[in-house]
Amino acid sequence: MLAAADLNVAQNVGFGIIAAFMIVFALNVVRSSNVVHAALSLVAVMAGAAALYLLLAAEFVAVTQVLVYIGAVMILFLFGVMLTRARVGRETDLNNKSWALGIPVALLMLGIMAYVLIKGFGDDHLDPAAQVSTAELSDSIFKPFLLPFEALSFVLLAAVIGAIVLARKD
Amino acid sequence: MLVNEFLLLGAVLFCIGVYGVIARKNAVMVLMSIELILNSVNINLLAFSQLHNNLDGNVFALYIIAIAAAEVGVGLAMVLLIYRNRKSISLDELSDMKG
Repeated sequence: MLAAADLNVAQNVGFGIIAAFMIVFALNVVRSSNVVHAALSLVAVMAGAAALYLLLAAEFVAVTQVLVYIGAVMILFLFGVMLTRARVGRETDLNNKSWALGIPVALLMLGIMAYVLIKGFGDDHLDPAAQVSTAELSDSIFKPFLLPFEALSFVLLAAVIGAIVLARKD
Repeated sequence: MLVNEFLLLGAVLFCIGVYGVIARKNAVMVLMSIELILNSVNINLLAFSQLHNNLDGNVFALYIIAIAAAEVGVGLAMVLLIYRNRKSISLDELSDMKG
């Protein structure tokens, strides 16, 4: 089923490579015993996601992903790692006592979701002509989605003030 | 391309993130797993946006990226505060509110 009856082989091969890359690094994020390695693996997953967005013809979201996630969020994570622990290296107790419980839960969820997705979207093809231009996207943000956009800017303002208030030393 | 390729990849990443949230003890690692989950949701939104040739999925993905940035900022500030008060960010030890 995954070997699509599509003509564009290059797209499918590219997708397969990026998907395998992302899954390997995502597993490394949750398995690594070194916090810094986990953070750097997360960078790789984010970069893979940005590549997938390009494959989905959403170039503005891809650029935003690189700027916000790889640029800003990862720096925050690395600062968090540095400020909350003295040593950077292997840790022995990063996992819960009941960490093994997570494996059946995740596998069960994956099974259910895969069943539903394959049943629901079996052979739906992406529209190869669908093209998102950044100009249309900005029209969409600033016309029908203007109110959520303004609300979002208030959320960001509140988050910045909240983070400063929380982290400030008195 | 089939839309299911993207949706199944999103499901796999989502489940890896859920496993991370359940299994990890370190609060920063739990936040990283939450980022994995948010990314998988973004992949799904963009795949549906492309499937229906509709821009709304892209706008939602941008909003999720912004919300995730705010969430990480506040979350790490809280982790820092907990670390300053208790010298540990192990989520097992935060049981003060247990009855």
